[in-house]
Amino acid sequence: MQASNTLWRFRGVTPTAMLAFVYLYLPIVVLVVLSFNANRIATLWTGFSFDWYLKVMDNDNILRATKNSLIIACGATVLATSFATMAALAMAGKRFRGQAFINAMLGLPLLVPEIVTAVASLLFFLALGLDLGLLTVLIAHTVFCIPFAYLPIRARLEGLDPRLAEAAADLYAGPFATFRRVTLPLILPGVLSGAMLAFIVSLDDFVITFFVAGAGATTLPVYIFGLIRMGITPEVNAVSALMLLVSIAFVALSYWMGQRKS
Amino acid sequence: MTLDPYRRTRRRLLLAPTTLTLLLFMVLPMLLMGWMSLLAPDTYGGVRWKEWSLDAYVQFLYERDLDDSLTLNSDYLQIFGRSFLLAGFATVVTLLIGFPTALYIALKEEKTRQRLILLISIPFWTNLLVRTYAWMLLLRNGGLIDSSLSWLGLSQGALDVLYTPTAVAIGFVYSFLPFMVLPIYTSLEKMDWRLVEAAFDLGANRWLALRRVILPLAMPGIVAGCLLVFIPAIGSYFIPELLGGGKSLMIGNLIQNQFGTARNWPFGAALSFMLLALVLLVMWIYTRRFQRPPGE
Repeated sequence: MQASNTLWRFRGVTPTAMLAFVYLYLPIVVLVVLSFNANRIATLWTGFSFDWYLKVMDNDNILRATKNSLIIACGATVLATSFATMAALAMAGKRFRGQAFINAMLGLPLLVPEIVTAVASLLFFLALGLDLGLLTVLIAHTVFCIPFAYLPIRARLEGLDPRLAEAAADLYAGPFATFRRVTLPLILPGVLSGAMLAFIVSLDDFVITFFVAGAGATTLPVYIFGLIRMGITPEVNAVSALMLLVSIAFVALSYWMGQRKS
Repeated sequence: MTLDPYRRTRRRLLLAPTTLTLLLFMVLPMLLMGWMSLLAPDTYGGVRWKEWSLDAYVQFLYERDLDDSLTLNSDYLQIFGRSFLLAGFATVVTLLIGFPTALYIALKEEKTRQRLILLISIPFWTNLLVRTYAWMLLLRNGGLIDSSLSWLGLSQGALDVLYTPTAVAIGFVYSFLPFMVLPIYTSLEKMDWRLVEAAFDLGANRWLALRRVILPLAMPGIVAGCLLVFIPAIGSYFIPELLGGGKSLMIGNLIQNQFGTARNWPFGAALSFMLLALVLLVMWIYTRRFQRPPGE
């Protein structure tokens, strides 16, 4: 509608936007292309090959790190999403004392630089005498996934007509029945998109995991970081490309789901 | 009008898991970190719990000589300065690229807009570490950019940009660009474009309409975008580590060193605490300056 009006065209806007899109996608494309490179030297193209992917699939360390990543991401998603759903239900409706404080606390994991959260968590776990491992990573991930799960659920609840729940109550539904039969089905898209965000954020996290993982709970990003520090190789290209493709598939899936629901 | 006498109890039960988790594992650790920054370091990492000391903060500005006299040492200040400079540069450049991009998207048809926003969000949700690694492939000598430039005859010899502050800046702008575009787009999308039409009707040219109508209305998005770029950039750890090499260390790297090789926990805690204070200060200024109700 607006684009048809020539007055809306500002000089330089279109080329800048094009440049921005190229800038955003050039590294991704280059990485994926080079991951199929046959040459041992990672950036010298000599021919197409699947070899590095086969090598990655065959690498026990990578498989173990992937398993850790998935265990932690699933655990953190379940915990963060259920906590966030409960909190969102409590925060909706009438205002109450302390609401602003809880709101501020929910924003904290998003606001505080990751490295500060990482250091604080590390010191806290060590002071408690906890062994660094899967448990500490799971706790830390649950904490920073809560706001990511919370925001879409809260947004969905805000758009909900409170009269629906009142009607259910008029029809003698108890609070739990109202939630299960009326509220939950209505906020489900929000809950699912919150869960997906939590999952992807946990799967991708590097900084916090790097600090609180210890030796036994290496996740895929932490493992990849170790590989990168040792040098640029075709194996790193392949495992990185896989990691990228998983994330892209996830984002596309959640977009598609969002389109269908609305 | 409270129909349900159990409402308050229920609300507390619903809030308990989230509140307790955040209090115990987010707020308490921050306080502990502040406390530990005021203790004396133990020889092999860790702290001496009963020994109070301001050394961590003194160490930030001074060097202790053999005879215990203090001399001014600007090394750490320089690292803070560099962090400010690089994060500030990244904020300005992402704004210069991000604002036109958001405007371009906001002026498209509904369907195209959604697709373009998806294109912006995909890099936002994909692994940052991996995308930073991709820049190492592009920027290294013999990499794509280096070989294209020499093939075009535009450069003599190697590019030598990887492991320099320039590479860190390129990485920052790249990583944080979506953080700038998305909030600006959100405020442009909500805008009533008839206001701009009115400006044209009243004789404004495009530049004037942009400056006097669009820009002020996009301000909340611009400010939010600047914060979303500046805050993660200033504490960033692996982008300077991978793209910057040893000479472009930032606050994040310095903090990591204190827990890794240097084994000085109180100093690491003090640096983290200063970074946290800095971010909270910026946020406090932001809420005071920009979150006032309109008309006040």
